Amino acid sequence: MSSVATETAVTIQVDGQEVAVPEGATILDACDAAGVETPTICYGPTLTPVNVCRVCVVELDGSRALVPSCSRPAEEGMVVHTDSERVRHSRKMVLEFLATGVDVSQADELGQWADHYGADPDRYVPGGQTMDEPVRVQDNLYIRDYDKCVLCYRCVEACGDDAQHTYAISVAGRGFGARISTEFDVTLHDSACVYCGNCVAVCPTNALQFKTEFDLRQADDWRPEDQTVTQTVCSYCGVGCNLELHVQDNQIVKCTSPDDHDVTKGNLCIKGRFGWNYV
Amino acid sequence: MPPRLRGHPLADLHFGDDQPTEAEQAAIDAIVPPADAATVVETERIVRGGRSRRHDLRHLLLPVLHSLQHEIGWISPGGLNGAAERLGVPPAEAYGVATFYELLRTTDPGHRDDVVHLCVDPACAMAGNNDLRTSLEAEGARVHDSPCLGQCERAPALFVQGVGRPDRVPSDDEEDFHLPQAGDPSLRVLRRVGEVDPTSLDSYRDHGGYEALARAIEMGSDAVIAAISDSGLSGRGGAAFPTGIKWRAVADEPGPDKHVVANCDESEPGTFKDRIVCEHDPFAVIESMTIAGLATGSSHGWIYIRGEYPRATARLESAIAQARAAGLLGDDVAGSGQRFDIEVRRGAGAYICGEETALFNSIEGFRGEPRNKPPFPTTHGLFSQPTAINNPETLINVLDIVIEGPNAYRSVGTERSPGTRLFCLSGRIGVPGLYEVPFGTTLGELLDLAGGPTGELASVLLGGAAGVFVGPDALDMPLTLEDTREAGATLGSGVVTVFDDTVDMEAVVVRIAEFFRDESCGQCVPCRVGTQRQHEVLVELQASGRPLAPERSELIDDMALAMVDASICGLGHTAASAVRSALALGLIGNSS
Ligand SMILES: Cc1cc2nc3c(=O)[nH]c(=O)nc-3n(C[C@H](O)[C@H](O)[C@H](O)COP(=O)(O)O)c2cc1C
Ligand code: SF4
Ligand code: SF4
Ligand code: SF4
Ligand code: FES
Ligand code: FES
Repeated sequence: MSSVATETAVTIQVDGQEVAVPEGATILDACDAAGVETPTICYGPTLTPVNVCRVCVVELDGSRALVPSCSRPAEEGMVVHTDSERVRHSRKMVLEFLATGVDVSQADELGQWADHYGADPDRYVPGGQTMDEPVRVQDNLYIRDYDKCVLCYRCVEACGDDAQHTYAISVAGRGFGARISTEFDVTLHDSACVYCGNCVAVCPTNALQFKTEFDLRQADDWRPEDQTVTQTVCSYCGVGCNLELHVQDNQIVKCTSPDDHDVTKGNLCIKGRFGWNYV
Repeated sequence: MPPRLRGHPLADLHFGDDQPTEAEQAAIDAIVPPADAATVVETERIVRGGRSRRHDLRHLLLPVLHSLQHEIGWISPGGLNGAAERLGVPPAEAYGVATFYELLRTTDPGHRDDVVHLCVDPACAMAGNNDLRTSLEAEGARVHDSPCLGQCERAPALFVQGVGRPDRVPSDDEEDFHLPQAGDPSLRVLRRVGEVDPTSLDSYRDHGGYEALARAIEMGSDAVIAAISDSGLSGRGGAAFPTGIKWRAVADEPGPDKHVVANCDESEPGTFKDRIVCEHDPFAVIESMTIAGLATGSSHGWIYIRGEYPRATARLESAIAQARAAGLLGDDVAGSGQRFDIEVRRGAGAYICGEETALFNSIEGFRGEPRNKPPFPTTHGLFSQPTAINNPETLINVLDIVIEGPNAYRSVGTERSPGTRLFCLSGRIGVPGLYEVPFGTTLGELLDLAGGPTGELASVLLGGAAGVFVGPDALDMPLTLEDTREAGATLGSGVVTVFDDTVDMEAVVVRIAEFFRDESCGQCVPCRVGTQRQHEVLVELQASGRPLAPERSELIDDMALAMVDASICGLGHTAASAVRSALALGLIGNSS
């Protein structure tokens, strides 16, 4: 049940259960604290919430529309429902909508939630518009397969304000035609990209993939179950970034850094992220 | 100058090899001279620039892109780089902004001809826009389909986007303007329209202009806001929010870096009132904004006007210059000791930029994507500062309230909907045009005032694409906020589009669905995908020639509920309303 309220705590009700969270926490934090699982797509623990996917919506008493739990600050006395008919419906529709236009086959979490809410992407008009983008294989470091892109903005945030401050990519176009793009869709090589791979790290659908992973998948030889993860500290400079080296058949196939690591918050630079490519 | 922005630090920017041509450079210099660049190298050791300077300049991005588009005919990689470098904006972000707007091109058109935008929305479709297209194309014109151009009373409508030549609206040149109700003594908001010389401050003063400002200065801020509150004035831009509450909230925020914005983006299909008011009574917009500025203690005023309104833009700019020269804008407004001045910003073809928070992002030089609310504009508006944003019709009502007081104002209209309302009549109606009637006038009375339906009345679209269809049985409905709400309808922005029984309603509804698909900003999933799929279902229905299948009907309802419940902004919230009302009325979906 509820933790002890402190002066700076706000207490809200989640599905009938009282929870206290620190001031500034979001409804999502409160749901977590209450042990209520919430689907999220555009939210990332290291990113400023952009609240665009709307899969995390909850019903808030006194609010006409549903509200995004990932960005809405918890306020004293709020009464929130996470499993009402309306919430289930909107979550189902978001998952269904995404699956109608995007290849979500490698977005495992999304798929699990889609099953949970009973999403049925097959009930739409046959031949409807899809992302329909060629895979962009432009270098040996990572590929961009925007057929798998759900436009969650996470890569844009990671490349920009939230981590990298490089601003190599943005959302371009409008409506269903919106795409993640460099200026005039120039190659990453010609853009401002510095290959930190932070965008790859935050992508929830595998639209951004290490080239090594992409090649193995093409060869039908991507076997996460056979991979081991080795923790190490990057040796290129003195910052001390934690690295997780994913190894398959004695080959490093990708490199990540834990989100909760003090130094990196999941972010790395080209040396740590891709340096093993040159070794 | 706009206030400094807090925000993200900026990285060292990287620009590709493409350089602006001389002509492109000149187009950029015209808006931001080299000396004002984000980074200026004065000597080898002294470089002026940095983060805050870049933020100060970013709001010039849309004006610079407009300039490039206008001079060159498109925004080339070199032009974009030049603009981005001058302003210190990452080129990928500048590209994201350029590709957001319909009037900006990022592919080489291969010619420098003017582009003729032809309206494809209902009033123009009924008035034979396809024949016009055929004849224009036969003359060799470059015709481009456009959503409603805000000239529905003189359909079919055109807007000519010039390259190296001024933009123009052909009907402006031919027009001998007069209101259908010209001379009617009951007119209030429209009293001066067609009577006053819109290019002359003196003429405006001769018609009582600037008496309200003088009175407002005497009364003081609190009394003005109290009068607005007591009058019951509510917003005319669509949401009908009480204006007094909005102004009070902004006035209560610490100043003076606060803003008053006139939302002249007017892009709801069927709406043309703001164009007429801004073209024919521009000083009234300026004076009422000034009252709003003084009352809320804001020193910055902005007019955001859609890019397809060249004459209204020119008249507003001229009115601002005249008012400034007369001391009615500037550091000491009319001897009040308060500062207030106004800048005009042009939109570039995006309905969504009429949504208040999208409009702020557009002015700030970002993509016109709405922000999640709360926080609300009264505390976090333009440049994240307190902002009172109003529709021009809302603002002009303030003049009479200040002069006559709230009780006189309430003498027309109903208790819950005091005052008058502008209605834009178009389609199958005797005398299309702009009308002003007291709230509470019935729909039937309004149609009669406009000469009655020209054929066998089939339906009326109230509130535009974001509104609802009503049938002939609604003619007795009083046009008030409360009665329309009760009937599940809306007044929205005052659109009244009339259809008779000869109109192909399936085509109309498919077009409405297409409008939302085209105009969705694409940010949130329910609207980005929902508007697309909704359009596909209606296209399928149209092609099938059969009644709507039950599972399709269910799908439409399911999509609508998700858009209403989970979208970020009003565009998604209303994207299914006209479609569903057309189905409910049996206007579409039951052909056999
Ligand atoms: C998609 C969309 C488009 C809008 N377009 C306009 C517009 O063109 N003009 C306008 O005044 N309000 C428009 N609004 C409403 C504004 O967000 C805002 O409510 C209004 O400008 C406030 O002014 P008011 O209180 O005087 O009505 C739009 C809203 C939405 C959701
Ligand atoms: S690799 Fe780094 S710099 Fe390149 S696009 Fe991704 S986040 Fe931006
Ligand atoms: S590429 Fe990945 S991270 Fe970027 S918007 Fe698409 S799905 Fe999100
Ligand atoms: S509802 Fe539509 S227009 Fe509004 S923010 Fe979402 S995608 Fe953009
Ligand atoms: S996770 Fe909250 S809106 Fe995407
Ligand atoms: S101008 Fe064509 S419908 Fe408005």
